[in-house]
Amino acid sequence: MLLAVLLPFLLAIFLVIPFRKYESLVARTVWIVPAGIFSFFLQTYLSGNTGITGKASLSQIIPYSLQWNLDGLSLLFVLMISGIGTLIFIYAAAYMKGHPYRIRLMGFLSLFMGAMLGLVLSDHVMNLFLFWELTSISSFFLIGFNNEEKASRQSALKALIVTGGGGLILFGGLMLLGQIASTYSINEMIALRGNIVADPFYPVIMVLIILGAATKSAQFPFHFWLPGAMKAPTPVSAYLHSATMVKAGVYLLARFTPVIGGTELWQYTLIALGGITMLYAAFHALLRTDLKGILAYSTISALGMMVFLIGIGTEASLLAVGMFILVHALYKAALFLITGIIDHETGSRDITKLRGLRKVMWPVALAGVLAAISNAGIPPSLGFMGKDLIYESTLHHIFQPIWLTSAVVITNIMLLIAGFNAGWRPFSGNLPSAFSKVHLPEKSMWVPPLLLAVLGLGFGIIPSVIESPLMQDIVMSLHGVSWAGHLALWHGFNTVLLLSGITIVTGIALYFALPQSSKIAAKITGLTALSPENIWTKIALGFNFLAIKITAVLQNGFLRLYILIILAFVGSLLAYKLANQIYFTIDYSYLSPVTVYEAIIVGILIVSILFTVFSTSRLVAVASMGVVGMAICMIFVFYSAPDLAMTQFTIDTLTVVLFVLVLYRLPKFIKLTFAIRHIRDAVVSIGFGTLIALLAMEVLDNQPDRTVSKFYGDNSYVLAKGKNIVNVIIVDFRGADTLVEIIVLSIAAIGVFSLLKLRIRQSQKIE
Amino acid sequence: MNTIILQIASRYTLPLLLLFSVFILLRGHYLPGGGFVGGLVASIALVLHAFANGIKKTRELVKIHPGFLMPVGLSTSLLSGLFPMILGKPFLTGMWYPHSVPVIGSLGTALFFDIGVYLVVVGATLTIIFSIIEAP
Repeated sequence: MLLAVLLPFLLAIFLVIPFRKYESLVARTVWIVPAGIFSFFLQTYLSGNTGITGKASLSQIIPYSLQWNLDGLSLLFVLMISGIGTLIFIYAAAYMKGHPYRIRLMGFLSLFMGAMLGLVLSDHVMNLFLFWELTSISSFFLIGFNNEEKASRQSALKALIVTGGGGLILFGGLMLLGQIASTYSINEMIALRGNIVADPFYPVIMVLIILGAATKSAQFPFHFWLPGAMKAPTPVSAYLHSATMVKAGVYLLARFTPVIGGTELWQYTLIALGGITMLYAAFHALLRTDLKGILAYSTISALGMMVFLIGIGTEASLLAVGMFILVHALYKAALFLITGIIDHETGSRDITKLRGLRKVMWPVALAGVLAAISNAGIPPSLGFMGKDLIYESTLHHIFQPIWLTSAVVITNIMLLIAGFNAGWRPFSGNLPSAFSKVHLPEKSMWVPPLLLAVLGLGFGIIPSVIESPLMQDIVMSLHGVSWAGHLALWHGFNTVLLLSGITIVTGIALYFALPQSSKIAAKITGLTALSPENIWTKIALGFNFLAIKITAVLQNGFLRLYILIILAFVGSLLAYKLANQIYFTIDYSYLSPVTVYEAIIVGILIVSILFTVFSTSRLVAVASMGVVGMAICMIFVFYSAPDLAMTQFTIDTLTVVLFVLVLYRLPKFIKLTFAIRHIRDAVVSIGFGTLIALLAMEVLDNQPDRTVSKFYGDNSYVLAKGKNIVNVIIVDFRGADTLVEIIVLSIAAIGVFSLLKLRIRQSQKIE
Repeated sequence: MNTIILQIASRYTLPLLLLFSVFILLRGHYLPGGGFVGGLVASIALVLHAFANGIKKTRELVKIHPGFLMPVGLSTSLLSGLFPMILGKPFLTGMWYPHSVPVIGSLGTALFFDIGVYLVVVGATLTIIFSIIEAP
């Protein structure tokens, strides 16, 4: 299991190698890896070995173990991730043919696949969170894949900010949950559900987790990043932004249903959230004329429906969720891949222009029709069965069954029209002469969508393939009780069948009746000022504005003010602390007598300080500063700190050199400042100096705990074979600190170097 | 600065100071000294040379760009820390060659770590000071 998750990561690393003339071979064969993972999980499924939990320690060096949990829900996801992943890899190799970064795309896809597999297999919530963030990051790179386009980069950033921000919120929720449950294992949390739900923090946890899921699964009002994400190459949209990643939020809610679900608060929040999303987005899907736009909004709507169903939370609705996740992944990925083919061959994605393509690419048309049928829920497709389950669960809900059912029916009618717009409209009618030279792409492009579409039909005809144990296990893992029912196309004449009939008939009628033009879309553009995306952008710009204002005040560029503020602040903190706590008394009998040379050194110190402060020449001031440093060195020498003295000596030499070099470039010293500023500076510096002196004496008086220094003293020769304790501490006991310090030193040097070598031309200054 | 005294003097002080810096580096484990101070002394030696003879001469003398010493030093320190891990011990464990080596004394990972510190300090200091000297 560990290998199955690590393999995609290893593949991603492997794909960093520049392959040059083997590029084509590599691109055409990488699908073997996801295929292998798929067959591993398929074999696990067929042998009935679900319900596996396990631990895998990464190594002995890194004390970190991964807790796995492979139950019905995880299994559904891993099969989708690796199965659809395989087809996406095959498709992408052909779709991106000739693109210089084809391998890079596959590397990112592979990284994403690993993250997604890890996400759905983790039992430990922090592991889950780690992989959750990784999917956001890989999604960022994939959306911004065409990194030369500004729109692409902006969409990538928007998606990262929304999903990454949601990730942070989720992190808070998971931490709180872990604290309350005092375990981070989801399996163990399920047993503690009663305590968690009764906790006063429960509503907070619930809201945080739902917010995290809502950003990832593009729920209203966070949905706008998903249509933007369509800037990614089509295989990416098919894989991440319809079939797998956006379902991570749904997965999370489903996964936590047995832990924090089932309360009224949970149900109503999710029903409202999902309900608004599915209606809003389905309506928007009708207004789009760009194929990918239609698919993006219908995906948001479908995600809303999944959240809605999780909110209902009955056995029937949870079964419907599991079913709908599978149905949706199959037909939506197929529709995306078909869109990719159309775009690739004709160069257009506008449904007002595309017509009659069935005459030039019939297998693609067949896939499109099958996917549209599954989307519409026309028997005998799997979609029909999924739709039936949805209606069944809303009809039997205790809370407002009529309202819920009508919301779902309306959404389904709109989704049906959107599905036909995407899967059928481009292929119907007469072929315009502009497209007469369009031809069928190579097999590896049209086989994957056809296969997905056929599976959507095939599972509907033979539902027993997925019924047991897959769907039964999903209900088991979400609801805690095993489900004994059977999936079937025919349930007899009942309300559900009637509703299905209404959906199909109304939908198809409206498909032909509604005018297909961009006129309606143009009418509602006046409302964009109120759209969540616009409000979001305004907030982001407001932050920018605020940041500029704050920076202008705090980072005003006057070094002397920075120092003044820092000293005054630290000084007042120190003064506040010391004001209540000065206990020291100076015991003169302990002090050694003052020698002549000490008195001389102190005399030199005082004189050179006066010189530094009152000199009108900068050079004199710097030189006297140097004298101060040297005098301090001497004091170190007297009081047996030779290491300190040596360091201070060399540092002071270099400081003087640096000062001279910098002063050399400054204009001549002119006395411009006012007397009042001199007094202010004097007060701050004398006050700060006095405080430090007081602090030093206080420390001297309260002998601190000596265990650490005693340890170093006792062990520096025994353990580290060194007699110079200072050096042993630096290179051995606290070696890691030193390592970081020299890294910091290098960064500082690089910083100075690049600032001084930087030549900003006037035209380049700021865009 | 074109003073003949300083120029002549720097010609003799440079090798002496550099040798002294290595001496300080090596004695660090038993007596006052170590990579940090050693590195600073070496930097001072080269800065003095640059002051006396001009930065161009010093650059010619050093041949490589001082910034190059930073990654070399960092890798030396890091490798000396990683070495014990090969033998299954924690990162940065001090390990010593059991016999004394002439001139150097005892040889161990800590010494290599200190050499890394020395190189980084020389590299960073010289990069900063040379950049400031050369700034137009």
